[in-house]
Amino acid sequence: MALTIKEVEYVAQLARLQLNEDEKQIFAEQLSSILEYVEKLNELPTDGVEPLAHILPVYNVFRADEIRPGTPREEILANAPLVEEGQYKVPKIM
Amino acid sequence: MELHQLTIHELQELLSRKETSALEITQAIFSRIHAVDKQVRAFITLTEEEALAKAREIDNQGEYGRIAGIPLGLKDIFCTRGVKTTCASRILENFVPTYDSTAAGKLFADKGILAGKLNMDEFAMGSSTEQSAFFSTCNPWDFTRVPGGSSGGSAAAVAADEVPFALGTDTGGSIRQPASFCGVVGLKPTYGRVSRWGVIAYASSLDQVGTFAKDVRDCALVMNIISGKDPLDSTSVDLPVPDYSASLDGNVKGMKIAYPREYFQPGIDSQVQEAIKKALIKYEEMGAIVDEVSLPHSEYALPAYYLVATAEASANLARYDGVRYGLRDFEAANVIDMFSRSRAEGFGEEVKRRIMLGSYALSSGYYDAYYLKALKVRRLIADDFSKVFAKFDLIVSPTAPTVAFKIGEQIGDPLTLYMNDILTVPINMAGLPAMSIPCGFHEGMPVGMQLVGPAFGESTLFKAAFAFEQNTDFHTFRPALEVK
Repeated sequence: MALTIKEVEYVAQLARLQLNEDEKQIFAEQLSSILEYVEKLNELPTDGVEPLAHILPVYNVFRADEIRPGTPREEILANAPLVEEGQYKVPKIM
Repeated sequence: MELHQLTIHELQELLSRKETSALEITQAIFSRIHAVDKQVRAFITLTEEEALAKAREIDNQGEYGRIAGIPLGLKDIFCTRGVKTTCASRILENFVPTYDSTAAGKLFADKGILAGKLNMDEFAMGSSTEQSAFFSTCNPWDFTRVPGGSSGGSAAAVAADEVPFALGTDTGGSIRQPASFCGVVGLKPTYGRVSRWGVIAYASSLDQVGTFAKDVRDCALVMNIISGKDPLDSTSVDLPVPDYSASLDGNVKGMKIAYPREYFQPGIDSQVQEAIKKALIKYEEMGAIVDEVSLPHSEYALPAYYLVATAEASANLARYDGVRYGLRDFEAANVIDMFSRSRAEGFGEEVKRRIMLGSYALSSGYYDAYYLKALKVRRLIADDFSKVFAKFDLIVSPTAPTVAFKIGEQIGDPLTLYMNDILTVPINMAGLPAMSIPCGFHEGMPVGMQLVGPAFGESTLFKAAFAFEQNTDFHTFRPALEVK
């Protein structure tokens, strides 16, 4: 199926990716051809097949809720692009 | 032989006889790196000073064994405390983790010495290492060719004798395909065998940590160290870890080996097929029972993979928002804009393409048609393998459809590049262990043979791979690098 520029813009917004006009055009073409390729899956009847999200039969893995030493705040914040008074700083939200 | 050419077990023997020291080995490794890496370009970051200091410390303690005093490389996807970890992306160009990934931490606890961090396709998305945001790595056998990917730096570094071993990750073939292209041993263990904690996530239900080595014995040795349950990774499995070295007895008498007819099709280079067929004859000579089987859903694995992997990637990579770490766009007027612009600047083209595809496959109205459909097909693929393993011990196939291709040859066409993974992706979908070992040459380039085992059947892989290695000499060939 062919993806329109409008659909590309919608998905880009969902994915929080700012695309320029060239990228929109290229992605519309490339994603369309990839989607056309994955259409192949529709050849296979899968009614009644249980989806396999994960290959291990592991469910609800819990651990004891114990207090353990954490990483010092300064170390973590050292990777942040912008910090003020020990907190992450971002542009105004509201 | 010079020190940089030796395997872990050979170096360990010299260390135990006091014929060399960790410092000498580490110095030899760095002089090799300085001699060849300008051309191979396997490393993103070198940690020479720290490595030499650690080597002196280990020599002072004077106790060796396993990997004590042996230098190693890590794909730049493994978090390393205090050492920049970029995932070959602009968005993490200056990221310095505050902790070690479990797999790396286990190697360090065993006194392995970090030589540096290795190049890769950005966020492990690619099959040639050309998608690194920084530079391409060259295949040590021919600098005009790719080393494969995404763990191309790890494979190239081991093949070029820059490190005795290196860790990588494999989501759809990212260890096995570069191992095949570079003529080294590469193992992707069973999903859950090795902790993924501290490994930057691409597609969490498919990603697995594994190792590159110069021979099967070294590969088993490293797996003995990194395998096992980790409380920090809930998907790591609490099963006993067998001593993999104990399965290296060279005996495959009576072993039942299957080769799937779907893996020997016209799209697979005929010379590559020929090399695998010769290897199968070799196995028969050694007493194994070889028979053809069918994995009827094989052709659906790749399209299903590109939906599952990109869907998971789009969720995993949502964390790169320019708030807590990584690149931020400071021009944005509001927060949403800051997210979108930071991500636009920080991610490369292939990463954006996969995020877009995954977001689309998960978006409202398309979820059932794409993502859910792919998960159902995934079940059929896994069932194919279960049926074969009810009767056979091992599956053998080519690792990749061709030998290493030329740099730039496939970069323009995403779908062609994706086809490289056609023989490796089904194994990730089923979560099985698989290894690539050298089994021949074509156009002067190494050919890899893929061995696939049942879940947690790594010992069978080691047994079969070691027997092949004992009866052939493909693993002894090294590229004749012109040292400038």
